[in-house]
Order: sequence, then C-alpha cells, then structure tokens
Amino acid sequence: MIVTKLKSLEEIYDMIKPYSNVLIAGCDGCCQPPRGIHEANNLGKMLKLKKMVDGEKFDYKATTVLRQCDDKIAATALRSLVDDYDAIISMACGIGVQILTKVFPEKLTFPAQNTMFNGAADHEKNSYVEYCNQCGDCLLGITGGICPVAGCAKSLMNGPCGGQIDGKCEVGDYKIDCAWVNIYKRLKKLGRLDLFEKYRPKRDYRLMTSPSFIDFLELDEIEEEINEKEAKA
Amino acid sequence: MSRPAYSNLMKAIKDGKFVFTGELEPVKTVSLDYIIHSAEMMKDYVVAANVTDGPQGFAYINSLVPSMKVQQEVGLETIYQCTVRDRNRIALMADVLAASNVGIKNILTLSGDHAALGDNPGAKPVYDLDCSQFIDLISHMVDKGTDIHGNDIDGKVEINIGSAVNPNNEGEPLEAEIAKLGRKVRVGADFIQTQTVFDIDKTKDFLKEIEKFNCPILVGLFPLKNYGIASYFDKYIPGVNVPKDLMKRLKKTKKKYMPDKKERKKTIADINLDFFRPFMKEIKQNTKAAGIHCMAVHYEKLFPRLFKDL
Repeated sequence: MIVTKLKSLEEIYDMIKPYSNVLIAGCDGCCQPPRGIHEANNLGKMLKLKKMVDGEKFDYKATTVLRQCDDKIAATALRSLVDDYDAIISMACGIGVQILTKVFPEKLTFPAQNTMFNGAADHEKNSYVEYCNQCGDCLLGITGGICPVAGCAKSLMNGPCGGQIDGKCEVGDYKIDCAWVNIYKRLKKLGRLDLFEKYRPKRDYRLMTSPSFIDFLELDEIEEEINEKEAKA
Repeated sequence: MSRPAYSNLMKAIKDGKFVFTGELEPVKTVSLDYIIHSAEMMKDYVVAANVTDGPQGFAYINSLVPSMKVQQEVGLETIYQCTVRDRNRIALMADVLAASNVGIKNILTLSGDHAALGDNPGAKPVYDLDCSQFIDLISHMVDKGTDIHGNDIDGKVEINIGSAVNPNNEGEPLEAEIAKLGRKVRVGADFIQTQTVFDIDKTKDFLKEIEKFNCPILVGLFPLKNYGIASYFDKYIPGVNVPKDLMKRLKKTKKKYMPDKKERKKTIADINLDFFRPFMKEIKQNTKAAGIHCMAVHYEKLFPRLFKDL
C-alpha cells in the first residue's frame, strides 16, 4: 500500500485560497492511513471553519473514489460532479492527484497529502513501515526477504555500515533496526550465511531513473511466450 | 594480498614494522595552516596521516586538497579519506584519478556518517556505491587499469586501499560487521583501520577473530585532550565507551578543580600516557595487529612521549 501523510491545514488552505467551491475526493484504494469519504468530509469541515474565521464564503462536496489511480474509475466516479466546482482537492497519493489532473484537465487538482513510501502497517510498533523502494532489481531473494534498499538508510548492497550499534541505525537516534544486521540474523538462522558473505556488485541505476514506463506490449509478449511454451509442452 | 605496496605505509607493513598513523581533520575553512602545522608536529612519529572527509556528515573543506598539500609541503604521506556519501561512481573515479595525479598512495574507503547527522541535515546522501563497491572500483583502476565499468584508463593508478571497521559491538551485530570485513578484504582492501577502542580485552578478541582474513590492521586509539572531549566521545560516538576510571581521572582535571593550566595539561598528558602506553604495548606484543592509528586530533604534541620506545 502507499503510505501518505496529510498536509497541514494551512498549506492546503493556502493552495485553495482563490477558490470558494471545491470538490474533495477521497480514495478507497491502497492509500494508508484510510483517506475515504469520512476523511474528505473532515477536511471539508476544517477548511470551512477556517474560511469562516477569515470571513470568507466556502462550499465543498466530499466524495470518494474506489481507486483514484485508475483513470476509468476516477472519470466514472467524478465526471458528473466536477463541473459544479472551481477546483478539486485529492486525498489520494501523488498518482491519484495526477490521474485526476489528466482526466479533468480543465480544473486544477490540489494534493491534500504528501506521499511517503510503499509500506504496510506494523501493529506491534503501531506505525506504518517502509518496505519497498521500487529499485527495479529486487534483491529479496538474496537477502532473506528483508530489503536493504528500503530498510537501510544508506541503501547499502554490502552492509552493515560502521554506523550500527547493537543492531540499531545511526540515523534516527539508534531507534530503528539495522536492516543488514537483521539480514545477517535471518540468514544465519536459516543456514544461508553464504548469501550474506557474497559480494554484491554495483547496481544499475538506470532501472530507477525517472520518468519510467513499461510498455503494455511487453506484458503481452510474456503472455504469448507462456502460451507458446504451454502449447509445445 | 597480492597487490604491490605502493605507499610508505604498506611498504613499512610489508617490511614487518609496527606502524603508527596519525589523523588530520580539516574543517569548515579556506585555510590549511593549522593542518600543515599539525602535520609538521606529527611527521617524525607516524608513517602516514589520515585526512578526514566531512566527519559526522559535516560540510568541511574537500579532503583531497589537504591530503595533497601535506604530502607536498610537509613531506608526510597521507591516507586520503573518501566517503561514498557525497560522490557517485563518476565522482569517485574522478577523485581517484585526481588523487593519483597528485601522488596520493593511500585511500581509506568509507561509507561516511549519514548526511542527516551533519550540519546540513536536509542534504541528499548519494550512496550510489557502497564501501565494498568503492573498494571494487579502486581495485579495477589499480589492478586492471580500467574504471569500474571496464573502460580503459590512461596511465597507472598506484594506490593502496584502506578499509575501516567498528569493533565496538557485541553478539550478532559484531558477527555481521566481521563478515562484512571479510567481504571487503576479498574485494581488495589492503589494510584496515579500526574505530576508536578503549577496551583491551574486547580488542584482542576482535583481532584474534579477524586474523583469518590475513589483512594488516591498525588499531584506532584516541588520546583524550580534556574531559570535555572524553565525555563527548562517551556520549555521542557510536558504541564508544570511555572507561569509567579514565573518565573519573579526567574529570578531576576540569578547570574548576585544577585552575593551574600548566598543572592541568601535565596531569592530562600523564593520564593519557598511563592508559594508552600499556594498551599499545599489549597490542604490539600480544596481538598480530600491524600498528596503531592514533586519532589525536590537535594533540600531536603528545606523540613523542606516547610512542617513545614502542
């Protein structure tokens, strides 16, 4: 899931200052913590109260979309509403904001959130934790299933660095686990220290260069290859 | 270790000498007078001196220039510290080529304290390569005459590669650190310098453990110029615990207890000599360490008495 953090009310307020009638679109997709209709309504109320204090008129409609990152779903959900409002506030991740921009180019869509990372909830720690940094060259098969790209502050391929003490990282005041010590512990437990000791050479950062895209045709080709091989077998 | 000894440091180690290295710390300044002065003071007592590269993530003067100037103006060999924190592989190769051009013979490869800990905490850290890959990069340049991508280099790069290790851990975190060190040696490190240590027994155990890598190691020591430095070390340097007795003795030398400057300085020097000379003797006589890396920044005047007859 994509983990997001709500912007400050002041920042959102400043962005929408010229507008008195906005559509606030939540997202019921993977965005975490949840930013659906309830949160869209709350934001609308907060903005309205602030506008009232400033003696300004403000109307809003809160709604939500199954997944803002899907242009067809977003268009279907919001098409009938958009014309009635001066601007849109998206409560989705950065993808959702840009999809609404693409689907409704005649309106400005403003982000209510900062997109933080790809992660999941850790209920023991009562927090969301980053798990994947989209490096384009997944290493989890040689690191015992623990990602050093997302889990190590330096994204080292051959850690740990000298900044770990008792398995805690120098970044974050020694409160966060050193991913490489955890990789070591896990591979030791599973009798696969050979994987730890192996040198991992330089990475190809072209795989992480933006903007990037994957052609639909590439996916079709894989499908065709499987079909051909299955037919032969 | 099959690579030739290009530096005086490596030649001395290969000749079986017990070596001493010092440390110079350029800071946020355009002047290098104090570095030259410190280098002059230590030059007769050490075979080479490390020149630090933005320690603790601070934005200081580039370490290559003082590394060059100390060699040229003082005649003391330097160990150019170079972190992968601030340079991608292109910049690292550029710096290794430049270092070769100006006669640098030792590079200490470091990942570098994270930028978030420094005086520009919002800076984007690089880490295109990690430390092991940086060793691989220099190995390519020295041993194969190519850059890390395989492109030919004009001329020869003759550099010995240093690597750092932090023995200040226990249990599995230390095992992981040791396994990483083995990886670095296999990739091409010529020598190792340790983080500051104060515990002789732990240090000896650590040295015994890494004998299997058959790579010369210099034990890192940090003479304490005053109580303030000692307590800073104790509090803020990862994993470093200054022994309680040493802290107690140094505390008694604080200005308020010992107002006479001369007496204070003499007492502090004696405390350091009492602690570090037996420590170094033990390392020299009863371990296979190749030498001592003495990080006595701004305390070089202790060197003549510290290293006497060792």
